[in-house]
Amino acid sequence: MSLNYVEFTPGFDRWMPKEYRDMVHHGPFGKKTSVSQVGTFKEILEEHPMCAGCAMTLFIRLAMIAFPNPEDTITVGTAGCGRLAISQAAIPFVYGNYGDQNGVASGLTRGLKLRFGDKPKDVVVMAGDGGMADIGFAQTLHSWFRKEKFTTIMLDNEVYGNTGGQESGMTNKGQVLKMAPVGKKFEKMDMLGMAKVAGCAYVATVVPNNPRRVESVIKKAVLIAREVGPTYIQAYTSCNIEYAIPTDKVMEDAKDVENDRYKFSEYLSDDARQCLGELYGYKEYLPKPEKTLAKS
Amino acid sequence: MSDALESEVKTNPQGDPITAAPAPPSAQSGKKDPHAEAKRQKVVTPEYMFHEAPREKEFITGSEAAKEAVRRSNVDLSIAYPITPQSETMQLIGVLYGEGYVKEYYRGEEEYGVMSAIAGGSRAGVRCFTATAGPGTLRGLEPIASWPGHRLPAVCMFTCRVVNAPLAIQPDNIEMAYLLHCGMIIFHAENQQDLFDYIMMAFIISEKNDVTLPVGVCCDGFFVTHARGYCSMQDKGLKLPEREAWRGAVPVLDAENPPARLSRDAPVQKSNFMAYNIHAVWQQEVWAAVERSRKYIDQYMDGLIETQNVDEADVLLIASGSAAAQCREAVRECTAKGIKAGLIKIKSLRPFPTKELRQLCSKAKLIVVPEFNYVGWLAKEVATAIYGYSNAKIVGGPHVYGGMSMPVEMIVDEVICGLSGKRSSTVPSSAIMGQVDPDAVAHFMQNI
Repeated sequence: MSLNYVEFTPGFDRWMPKEYRDMVHHGPFGKKTSVSQVGTFKEILEEHPMCAGCAMTLFIRLAMIAFPNPEDTITVGTAGCGRLAISQAAIPFVYGNYGDQNGVASGLTRGLKLRFGDKPKDVVVMAGDGGMADIGFAQTLHSWFRKEKFTTIMLDNEVYGNTGGQESGMTNKGQVLKMAPVGKKFEKMDMLGMAKVAGCAYVATVVPNNPRRVESVIKKAVLIAREVGPTYIQAYTSCNIEYAIPTDKVMEDAKDVENDRYKFSEYLSDDARQCLGELYGYKEYLPKPEKTLAKS
Repeated sequence: MSDALESEVKTNPQGDPITAAPAPPSAQSGKKDPHAEAKRQKVVTPEYMFHEAPREKEFITGSEAAKEAVRRSNVDLSIAYPITPQSETMQLIGVLYGEGYVKEYYRGEEEYGVMSAIAGGSRAGVRCFTATAGPGTLRGLEPIASWPGHRLPAVCMFTCRVVNAPLAIQPDNIEMAYLLHCGMIIFHAENQQDLFDYIMMAFIISEKNDVTLPVGVCCDGFFVTHARGYCSMQDKGLKLPEREAWRGAVPVLDAENPPARLSRDAPVQKSNFMAYNIHAVWQQEVWAAVERSRKYIDQYMDGLIETQNVDEADVLLIASGSAAAQCREAVRECTAKGIKAGLIKIKSLRPFPTKELRQLCSKAKLIVVPEFNYVGWLAKEVATAIYGYSNAKIVGGPHVYGGMSMPVEMIVDEVICGLSGKRSSTVPSSAIMGQVDPDAVAHFMQNI
């Protein structure tokens, strides 16, 4: 019945706000939307209170377009800039306590599985670097070790943006920020390595200046989490305020950072490859026919 | 997986069979469905379960009573994390999971993670249960304190123990002082029977439409969890109706409800942009929901309090939990000495029985409030509730803590001192309210 809930009760259509009517008539629910179609449909996230030039907002917007089943997707977040935008979206969002997102998502995913069985109910965690690598570290790692079936996306701006620019575990060594008055004294945490060690079925890094790539990794991560196990995407989503990046240089910065420390990387477990190839038509992941056999 | 688990004989590291686990299936019934008994459970109404179903008496520990309550409560999701003296309870819930009485169960990373995941499960619309104690309660307190504001029905059992340094595992209910201000419903079980009844009733009260709040069922660790007592229980073939996810003060987050309205308008989802009045009215509504639970507590639990000998009593002992058990004995001894003493046992601390206490305490000469903690949170609650409605002298004590037991004589001494005006050997004069030095009272109120 998921799609029914976005429909209006007969006769009520004309009394609903225009924005809501647009969402029902031109929204992405029950359709396959793509970043290449932006402007032709009503997006899940449009209005938001984020700073001008915020790359994180662009990333969240692209990610939401990429959700394979937006009508059956629930996002979970924690304190930080990201949730100020995510909470404005037209899909349910859980904002609980500090760093609790992967714990909440564990209970939520299991509860939904009990109620809905194999019907897809995609849980997607979107939280910042501080929420994930610092205060929510234990719950993030444990949810991966437990093989919880949901997607974890880190919105990594390498700083505590919402509280005003303090050092986080994902800040680069040497960076001077609030609470790092003489520069950060240790390296950026290797969450990608930890995700692999903890058993994530899919791990990817991405920057928001390549919308098709963002779309591709989000779709794969959500589909693999649904069928196989935990997935992790680490996205560089710069904070142009705290890092003083001019708004017209935000994409340029993303490109520079991509070349410096955020090169696109993608890891899939064998089960993840099989899932995408066999269940979701990703031909590139189907086993290649053995040439030696064909010859003989 | 369950088949494999059930087929081996379970032993502890010393090699002794674990009696709490179900008996291993015999050779003939090797392929028996381990969930067979659970599947045969029959759903009955709460009214039948609590008031009409025939019961049989067993001599069991508090942990076993909690297990038996959960067995009959149609629980979907239970998350465990060990801490003394709670560990045995959640181990036994694990046994129920193996037997199919609880549908989903896992061992969480620590209490913050467990309480967060309970919040997630409750949001998904399933019935959730967990338990913790002392330092675990405090570690999980941030998520626990936010459950009511998120309007999450769930039941958490607290087997109270020492929290503060120097750390000890002994009984002490100081943690309840923190829990009382979360906005959740709080019951305090005196014994194994209370624990069994309160847990089952808590699920039903928690999920009432006009309540939609978590319920904390507290008991004093060891005294109740590890000691045996008689517990009258319904047939284990009966269970409560399942949680109806569509009920509740706010919609569950299952993507089956209108998403735009929920995400955009629910004030609990925003913080930076939330006007102060939104938080204020939301909290008012949480506490109003606590008040609305009174009628269900009256209906299922026969009221927020239980009384003994209170008519014509000069002396009232007011207590909750294990202290109430000691007070029963003190009432008997006082009566033998010719003192007209009675007991008010407080079963529900949130909502608090203010109206009941005002009425019952109006004629009392002396009120004694014995407690298993240093700070005397119950004395403060009682004094605040009856101020202006009673002229009784209130003795905020005796207090025991850190695992001390409370001899009945200690309570009887306070009664005698209170009536005779003799100086108490255990309760400081600053903890005696009414008909005493107002400065001492002010000092006491500031220090509890």
